[in-house]
Amino acid sequence: MSKTAIFNKIRRGLKRGAPSAEQTAAALARIQSRKPELVPARSQLDHPGQIELFRSMSSQAAAKLIDLDSLTQLPEKVAEWMQHQGFTELVSANESWLNELDWAPLNNISRTCRVAQSGDNVSLTGCMAGIAETGTLMLHSGGNSPTTLNFLPDCHLVVLRESQIVGCYEDAWAMLRQNHPDSLPRTVNMITGPSRSADIGQKLQMGAHGPCELVIFLVKEAH
Amino acid sequence: MQIHSPEFKENARIALHNEPLQAALGQFKFGFPVNRARAIANLPEFETLRDHARDLKNHIIQNLDIYLEQFEQQVTANGGHVHWCSTAEDARQAILDICQHVGAKTVTKGKSMVSEEINLNDYLEANGIEPVETDLGEYILQLRGDHPSHIIAPAIHLNVDDVADTFHEHHHRPRSDDPQTLMKEAREVLRKKFVSADVGITGANFLVAETGSTIIVTNEGNGDLTQTLPKTHIVISSIEKVVPNLEDMSLFLRLLARSSTGQEFTVYNTLSTGPRRPDDQDGPENFHVVLVDNGRSDMVGTDFQDMLRCIRCAACMNHCPVYGAVGGHSYGWVYPGPMGSVLTPQMIGIDKSAHLPNASTACGKCQEVCPVRIPLPKLMRHWREKEFEQHLTPSTVRWGLAGWAFFAKRPALYRWLARSSAWFMRRMAGKKGRISKLPMAGGWTDWREMPAPQGATFMDQWKKRQSGDQS
Ligand code: SF4
Repeated sequence: MSKTAIFNKIRRGLKRGAPSAEQTAAALARIQSRKPELVPARSQLDHPGQIELFRSMSSQAAAKLIDLDSLTQLPEKVAEWMQHQGFTELVSANESWLNELDWAPLNNISRTCRVAQSGDNVSLTGCMAGIAETGTLMLHSGGNSPTTLNFLPDCHLVVLRESQIVGCYEDAWAMLRQNHPDSLPRTVNMITGPSRSADIGQKLQMGAHGPCELVIFLVKEAH
Repeated sequence: MQIHSPEFKENARIALHNEPLQAALGQFKFGFPVNRARAIANLPEFETLRDHARDLKNHIIQNLDIYLEQFEQQVTANGGHVHWCSTAEDARQAILDICQHVGAKTVTKGKSMVSEEINLNDYLEANGIEPVETDLGEYILQLRGDHPSHIIAPAIHLNVDDVADTFHEHHHRPRSDDPQTLMKEAREVLRKKFVSADVGITGANFLVAETGSTIIVTNEGNGDLTQTLPKTHIVISSIEKVVPNLEDMSLFLRLLARSSTGQEFTVYNTLSTGPRRPDDQDGPENFHVVLVDNGRSDMVGTDFQDMLRCIRCAACMNHCPVYGAVGGHSYGWVYPGPMGSVLTPQMIGIDKSAHLPNASTACGKCQEVCPVRIPLPKLMRHWREKEFEQHLTPSTVRWGLAGWAFFAKRPALYRWLARSSAWFMRRMAGKKGRISKLPMAGGWTDWREMPAPQGATFMDQWKKRQSGDQS
């Protein structure tokens, strides 16, 4: 069997047989330790500092930021953005905190909760965290937030509350494990700006296969 | 991919006279290296992170079987399947079996150098399955019947005009040479392929033992559509990519984007863990990981073990003067540049790739930029030594080196020879001060220029210095 053959060759190279019980235990302990490696100092700030860093890093990655004073403003701000772009259909995650909002300001723009399909223009989702270090959003799959919403539509609108902003990737892993202690969701997406490619003549173009635009609605919260 | 490494010298000669290629390569030098330098300047911890990454990789290799075993257990616990493949043939067969099992007709593919290594596309096609490359660069190459010339920017050797011609021919639309229009065109055409594919194949940058996850790092989002839309997701990865946990993965992610494209972070870093869960509304129903050895386990415990640290960032080729002059195709197989010059002999045999470890100016730039501090020049030297032992070096070069040894053991003769050859080389260089041909060293000078020796020989200067004359 290939696995045995591969392991035998690795072990021969390491000049040992099967690992000892101690060595295996040490490696397993290393896995479970979840000890952060060196974390860059840049993200080790107080919370207002992390929010500032998230703002500047995500803008640097070409994400658009729209500020909200509270979540209740979301429907009108989304409507404003969609009207400005000339879009009439919004495909949305089926989160209860989104559904509970008063969507009347959308007027003749439709909001449907479903998976995304080819041809959809705009999607709206929440996210698990915003990571200040590089202005990165962390989203994951789940019954109410299908992954296609994050990749198929031309524009992806994401709601992020200030309280969800953390300093570094390691903070987000800790949060993820807390929310999913048994196993990770099928997919975890770290997203930093809209999709892009420089494969044609080495010229960087926005909007390759994923969304051409990433809009973050950043919701203020009292500290 | 067919092996053209034995023709390296001829490939290089042609590449040096290929004007469009030289135009593309000329541009290339001002992209990645400049961006990398800027990104690193923004991260004071970068050099320390490199030390940690080197040490962590070394630790992983010492425990490779344990971490791989853990990874497999976790994949299985999450409802996925791991397939162990010793050879390229095993890996092709494993993938074909999965595809046939689900009755696949078309397969979309994210970028994967391991799939190039095992020549997957030809094999699938020969078995009646249509592979569709979805990375923009790979897609362009597939339409042209071409192969990647760079591990992260596969179509770097092409100019906008080449792409315009290719799309015009295959998309049957009016020709445009506007990159934005061309990209939109590809986006539309590929969207249909994403939606209709039966299987999606992606590579992996890392495998996480803790969670049984694989991760891909991409800018386009094609890898995500590739793995989310079809019913079956196959990940193809080599065995050395395993890391203990998510924290360890983060260490490498901090180095990867900065070293390769010079971004702070790549747009999409996507973890995949098993098939869709009962309440998920999308995502694949089947999740397979095909683990490929293909000569890697042979490197453990040898002079070449350090190469297993490679995270495929491409910094070494982005900074290599030889790559920058002759481009990736000259190397004649899948992996170009300094990392390719070390890996290729391992994978296809030094007899077929003896020129590659010689394709070095010994400038050391590759080692200087490698995020996991692989001593690439030393490893290339090891191959040169092996090659010399096996007498694969052309006899003129061996004769030349033997001659050098003869004189080196006879100091007086050596000094005389060095002085007179410095004079001789200055005469050869003429006014330009550069030598582009040396008798009997064509293998060295055919695609390099070197400055003519200036002033007195080292030995002469050393003697002067010792006698207190500082001039
Ligand atoms: S050898 Fe080092 S620099 Fe080259 S691709 Fe591998 S990790 Fe990057």
